[in-house]
Amino acid sequence: MNYTPHTERDIQHMLNAIGVASTDELFAPVPESLRLNALNLPPGISEMEATAFVHSLTDRETSLSFLGGGAYDHFSPSVVDAIISRGEFFTAYTPYQPEVSQGTLRAIFEFQSMICELTNMEVANASMYDGASALAEAVLMAVRLNNHTRVLLPRSLHPFYRRVVATYVRGIDLELVDIPWSDSGTLDIAILKRELTDNTAAVVVQNPNFLGVLESLDEIGDLVNNTRTAFIACVNPISLSAIRPPGDFGADIVIGDGQPLGLPLSYGGPYVGFFASRDAHVRKMPGRICGETTDVDGKRGFVLTLQTREQHIRRERATSNICTNQTLCATAATVYLSSIGPQGFREVGELNWHQSHRALQALTALDGVRQKFSGPIFNEFVLEIDRKASDVLTALQHRGIEAGIDLGRFYPTLENCILTCVTEKRTDADIDRLIDAWRAL
Amino acid sequence: MNRDKLIFERGASGRRCVAFPAAVDSGTAIPETMRRDVPPNLPEVSELELVRHYTALSQMNFSIDTHFYPLGSCTMKYNPRVHEKAARIPQIAGLHPLSENAQPALQILWEMEQVLKAVSGMDGFTFQPTAGAQGEFVGISLIAAYHRAQGNAKKVVLIPDSAHGTNPATAAICGYAVQAIKSTERGTVDVEDLKAHLTEEVAGLMLTNPNTFGVFEDEIEDIAALVHDAGGLLYYDGANLNAFLGQCRPGDMGFDVVHINLHKTFTTPHGGGGPGSGPVGVKQALLPFLPLPVVLKEGNAFKLDFDRPESIGKVSSFYGNFGMVIRALVYAKMLGAEGMRRTSEMAVLNANYIAAKLDPHYDRPKNAQPMHEMVFSASRQKKANGITATDIAKRLIDYGVHPPTIYFPLPNVAPETMLIEPTETESLEQVDDFVEAMIQIAKEAEENPDLLKEAPHATPVRRLDEATAARKPILRFKTNNP
Ligand SMILES: Cc1ncc(COP(=O)(O)O)c(C=O)c1O
Repeated sequence: MNYTPHTERDIQHMLNAIGVASTDELFAPVPESLRLNALNLPPGISEMEATAFVHSLTDRETSLSFLGGGAYDHFSPSVVDAIISRGEFFTAYTPYQPEVSQGTLRAIFEFQSMICELTNMEVANASMYDGASALAEAVLMAVRLNNHTRVLLPRSLHPFYRRVVATYVRGIDLELVDIPWSDSGTLDIAILKRELTDNTAAVVVQNPNFLGVLESLDEIGDLVNNTRTAFIACVNPISLSAIRPPGDFGADIVIGDGQPLGLPLSYGGPYVGFFASRDAHVRKMPGRICGETTDVDGKRGFVLTLQTREQHIRRERATSNICTNQTLCATAATVYLSSIGPQGFREVGELNWHQSHRALQALTALDGVRQKFSGPIFNEFVLEIDRKASDVLTALQHRGIEAGIDLGRFYPTLENCILTCVTEKRTDADIDRLIDAWRAL
Repeated sequence: MNRDKLIFERGASGRRCVAFPAAVDSGTAIPETMRRDVPPNLPEVSELELVRHYTALSQMNFSIDTHFYPLGSCTMKYNPRVHEKAARIPQIAGLHPLSENAQPALQILWEMEQVLKAVSGMDGFTFQPTAGAQGEFVGISLIAAYHRAQGNAKKVVLIPDSAHGTNPATAAICGYAVQAIKSTERGTVDVEDLKAHLTEEVAGLMLTNPNTFGVFEDEIEDIAALVHDAGGLLYYDGANLNAFLGQCRPGDMGFDVVHINLHKTFTTPHGGGGPGSGPVGVKQALLPFLPLPVVLKEGNAFKLDFDRPESIGKVSSFYGNFGMVIRALVYAKMLGAEGMRRTSEMAVLNANYIAAKLDPHYDRPKNAQPMHEMVFSASRQKKANGITATDIAKRLIDYGVHPPTIYFPLPNVAPETMLIEPTETESLEQVDDFVEAMIQIAKEAEENPDLLKEAPHATPVRRLDEATAARKPILRFKTNNP
């Protein structure tokens, strides 16, 4: 099966117009030595067979999941997928021709506005690839802002995000300093204070952090504000329904992954990074930005703007190399936020808060299960047990439950610890099922 | 309905769309200092208002589904619906990236890797890069890691002057100085100029093939030998791979690292500017440096291997845009070997047909035979009537065609460029309509140039004031009510 509409007559007609005898002649510029005799792939199949193949892979029960750790199982209203399934959105390209791209441009403008609203920041871009690359770009931007040479990264930052930052800063001279967590699971403020030197480019804080614990952004803001060091906050956007945003505490750059805003888990992507900052820094920002303007008749319209920051104009002096971003995912997040509105957003926040706390209470009432960190949590928490986390997790998996993430995978000292997440989709009955299964181990 | 409003300007305070069940108090309260008391200003609309709003927005777009979209270098081919369905199967869409039950996903990644190896002639792939530019970043980081492992600190990356902006931007992020290589009259790399730049400081050369003039780099084997002899590596920007499917392979041409845009050649939808997917493939010598984890097959089972001490690390939160990989795999399976060959043949046929038909009417700055796309110029129209590539692009909109890519390649390389890529999924009738429109526009340029300068005429908005947008940026909606 292929998607070419050409009949034999069409082909003949076109070859005649070109003045060649066969399509093969059109490949004459490719030296004979490079021509491929046969592509080593099986013959094509029909749509019916392709569909059967996918179903053969996926024909299995799904388990009851309490997994989080940077990707979350939230409810997505039906309108979200319905809107982004419109061909006019998903089969369009980047809006370089604004007159025929007002739909995409307006959706991006709304996205930027909503990200500013959630984070309480002044300006946001049209999206980044995902949370991790958004953080890496934030670190690079901080260095552009102050030319300093070290960055403080919490040990409680998502370990994958940390690895992405490390990869992205290879090309510049930058020291990454590890800031450990305290007994409560929050950043060790005393060590942070000690490491916050004059040549520190940025302090990175994740909220809630990878251990699920909420940081005291006010204390961190007090330390960093009024220095030339940039305050970078990496946030879970759903938490901003209940928890004060970093913009309240003087953050310079707020980034995160928009996946919780109505996007499917999809084995890790496509998600959408968001990136917000201060008006004063806008010309140092990476990525596309949509702006409002007027057309020749004075009518309101939208365009990609401040493009002299970008690779297609500035080339090796661009603020980033990003070109294609995650516009359709940003559109999905925009529709999600429009559909739940301020009231629904508050309700989601409350549900996450109370369901996770109820689960935490029930789980820590079990024999040999303790809460590892005393700090406040939003919808994820760390449980400590008396044996290796993987033993319990595997046993629960056999009962159709993924009870959490084995933290020993990421931190050798936490091999008895499980990171468990409870979103608004986990009902009391789901929690009961987890408790019963655990008790029966 | 007033089509001009933003979603924030619709609805009414207190109106709502989706509601959730009430939370039952857990007895634990959010600490005072952390609790959000000022809610974000989000829209308050009914579901119908919402659907009408976004439907109206969508109707302001040109898209592949609605219009011919010959945007050069972007490969705007038809996006089959079966791909969308596959990616939305609950066991796929609902699969958590840290789940221990991920065999189907790992199999999909592994199978797609086999497809890309066969198509490209490379020895192994990573799917972590989420777009072409991130693929370039991975590719150049791999080259840097390779040179470091050899104990050579190289300093320079060479890039043809016709290259896409992401190439030099990427090299710079990776810490390299960028030097441009000139193009010949035919649009190919100037081998003499390349030789003059090949010092031992050169880490590598980044090339697109067919290049951004749509011309095959027919001296590629010599170029590869020169770069390798100088101790450099050859990077393939796979944006234009559609011309090669089943015909020839970058791996056989001497490229050491490639990225492939699944959102071009393998038709995952562009989404108005992403999500894409930019898998990177390498030759044997660079395999140890690939981002982690990589997918391994052991017997009939698949696993993620994180134990890779020489890896450059990670570039995306998890494993890249998996949802795009499954779409691409369905496409590749359905095409099969002969479908791929047919795809490149028809893409090249459509392009050459357009070139033949338009040659009498427009200048083609580089006159070598194009492959899947070609660059025309408005220079003739500019000299005669002051008509620019922008004017022609905007007038095409009146004819119901999305404009080609304009001013790429850049004006310092060729003037007033229009990069046209029809793709293989367009019919002869559609291509003829386009040719007819271009010929009409060439006539209009002589007879009624103002018609072009004032185009487009019937779009939701007409030409926009981009200068003011940049000078006095308005980048978000602000409400008047505090
Ligand atoms: C030749 C070329 N290289 C690189 C890119 C960048 O790819 P992406 O937009 O997927 O990052 C593009 C497309 O935009 C391109 O046409």
